[in-house]
Amino acid sequence: MVNENLVKDVVKEPYKYGFVTDIETEKIEKGLNEDIIKLISQKKEEPKFLLDFRLKAFKKWQKMKEPDWAALGYKKIDYQDIIYYSAPKQKEKISSLDEVDPKLLETFDKLGIPLTEQKKLTNVAVDAVFDSVSIATTFREELAEHGVIFCSISEAVKNHADLIEKYLGTVVPASDNYFAALNSAVFSDGSFVYIPKGVACPMDLSSYFRINSGDSGQFERTLIIAEEKSSVSYLEGCTAPMFDTNTLHAAVVELIALDDASIKYSTVQNWYAGDEEGIGGIFNFVTKRGKCLGKRSKISWSQVETGSAITWKYPSCLLLGEESIGEFYSVALTNNLQQADTGTKMIHIGPRTKSTIVSKGISAGNSKNSYRGLVKMGTKATGSRNYSQCDSMLIGDQASANTFPYIKSQQPNSEIEHEASTCRISEDQLFYLQSRGIEFEEAVSMMVSGFCRDVFNQLPMEFAAEADKLLALKLEGSVG
Amino acid sequence: MKEPDPILEVENLSASTDNLPILKGVSLTVYPGEIHAIMGRNGCGKSTLSKIIAGHPSYNITNGDIKFLGENINSLEPEERSQSGIFLGFQYPIEIPGVSNLEFLRVSTNARRKFLNKEELDTFDFEELVKEKLEIVKMDQAFLSRSVNQGFSGGEKKRNEILQMALLEPKIAILDETDSGLDIDALRIVSSGIKKISNAQTGIILITHYQRLLDEIKPNYVHVMSDGQIIKTGESDLALELEEKGYEWTDNFIKEI
Repeated sequence: MVNENLVKDVVKEPYKYGFVTDIETEKIEKGLNEDIIKLISQKKEEPKFLLDFRLKAFKKWQKMKEPDWAALGYKKIDYQDIIYYSAPKQKEKISSLDEVDPKLLETFDKLGIPLTEQKKLTNVAVDAVFDSVSIATTFREELAEHGVIFCSISEAVKNHADLIEKYLGTVVPASDNYFAALNSAVFSDGSFVYIPKGVACPMDLSSYFRINSGDSGQFERTLIIAEEKSSVSYLEGCTAPMFDTNTLHAAVVELIALDDASIKYSTVQNWYAGDEEGIGGIFNFVTKRGKCLGKRSKISWSQVETGSAITWKYPSCLLLGEESIGEFYSVALTNNLQQADTGTKMIHIGPRTKSTIVSKGISAGNSKNSYRGLVKMGTKATGSRNYSQCDSMLIGDQASANTFPYIKSQQPNSEIEHEASTCRISEDQLFYLQSRGIEFEEAVSMMVSGFCRDVFNQLPMEFAAEADKLLALKLEGSVG
Repeated sequence: MKEPDPILEVENLSASTDNLPILKGVSLTVYPGEIHAIMGRNGCGKSTLSKIIAGHPSYNITNGDIKFLGENINSLEPEERSQSGIFLGFQYPIEIPGVSNLEFLRVSTNARRKFLNKEELDTFDFEELVKEKLEIVKMDQAFLSRSVNQGFSGGEKKRNEILQMALLEPKIAILDETDSGLDIDALRIVSSGIKKISNAQTGIILITHYQRLLDEIKPNYVHVMSDGQIIKTGESDLALELEEKGYEWTDNFIKEI
């Protein structure tokens, strides 16, 4: 029995990214119908194949039902009450960063993502997405020298239509699920990455998603293609202002790894989570999936999920190529009335494929944190192996943690291993640390980072430090 | 010559947990340079006394005072007590998965150093210091990179406690059954470590069942506890007598009270 008031104080979370940028935006009217989709497509000057893709997805979406199987409870979303396109007004064509509205640059500066030439991060190329559009992408020329394409998906549609047409929707088809169908119909922007054959991307690539307006949804779409023997590490960060309404975020991320290619995709998600009474916050419904198409290809997801009122997210791997590898490392922290239903799917199709799942859920306050994962061994997946480890940590006595592992094996010559544990920060552990002079808050934060160590070790270095700080911040408060 | 001020004064202390009285009026004063031993049957309140002095939140002080260097510390948080120089060596050191022993020791040491207005140590300087202290308990550096107490043997855990004591340089150390679960070699290492760390300015309270620790570290006073009270206090030969006659012998003292 840990002193409850202390724990409550400790897990109080100050949200430092809750400001709104006052900028003139171009918004279309609320609601969703064929005309709206045509309007979005027209604004983005898209080729016909893409408009068709959108309209087909919309037709499918209309026939689908919003899923209710997740361990989540929320007020029904009114899809006609959302603005599907919102963009800061700026000059038609921007040739350099100097022409970007300084307010936007300032916003990203404030978020710790400086974009200007003088200040930009030295080892990471950044694509900054503000509401529905990409504002800027740094280091493009340097990357181009290596043949790496890193740009917004809207630009890719214009300049690399062949790649988009070939790969878009091949990993997450429009009909995959309700939110993927919605995204396919209305997606506005996102990032595109292409790593050519034999190239190890010379720097980390990063997208930073910022939701600014309160009544628009964000529907970004990311597509990463790693050709034979290439490799890339991609980072994704997200924040949003504090509004007392809920904002819908329904993204789709598709990764494709060919023979001997490897993609590492890391996320630190810190969307606004709503206040202590559960008012406001982002509804985060995301479909992320990678296809290990080639032999010995590898896709590794690592995520630190700390924000959003609701998180519904299952970054998955389709292991087609023989000896391909899928990994999922996750930390999900929920507090107050946050709800998270997250996990992964590892679908073993090719022979001798391997997957590893390490999930760490931390629930504090009155929050609800569920791991939901599927490991499937197909008929041809001989000699394949999976190892899963799902640990939950409870802080206080009002939070809940669930684990829903689904295992399906059609291949007797394969191995599936699952370990699960639930722990509570015990009074004895806290007393031990305190009796060594360590303050209560720091003791909790030390134990939480200790609990997450296995996952943090998988994150790129700068990100690991950020994640550690973020968790500490979430657990920071005035000890009474 | 003026007598030095006491380090620790426990005055008529009564305490309970879940409304169950555990301590029933304990008084104990420790002066600099003194070693006190507390003996008694399991459940007599020895460990509780040590936890209450360290500030464990599960116990309520219902009467009496604990004074450290003349100040009443009844309401201080455990971390404040540690920072100001009270050390509790745990009977069962707690495992903290995922937290590196080195980092734990460093944060802990710096908390004490900060209190003493000493410069806090960065990882490199701290490693130098800790290497020096490892010698005292004959521990291998490999212990530093492991999680706090996780997977340590009983003896390793106890040595890790003494390592912490060496780093924190407390004014008073209360060592709760530090000798239990140690083989003879480990007992020698631990007791010689305790002797090296303590000096004429520090006080030590040894909670133990066995004479063998007291053979290594000779106490100035031996207290026998029973049912939440100190029923007899004597010099070091009391422990020998107790070993010879057993606790049944002390039952007579209770009747006298």
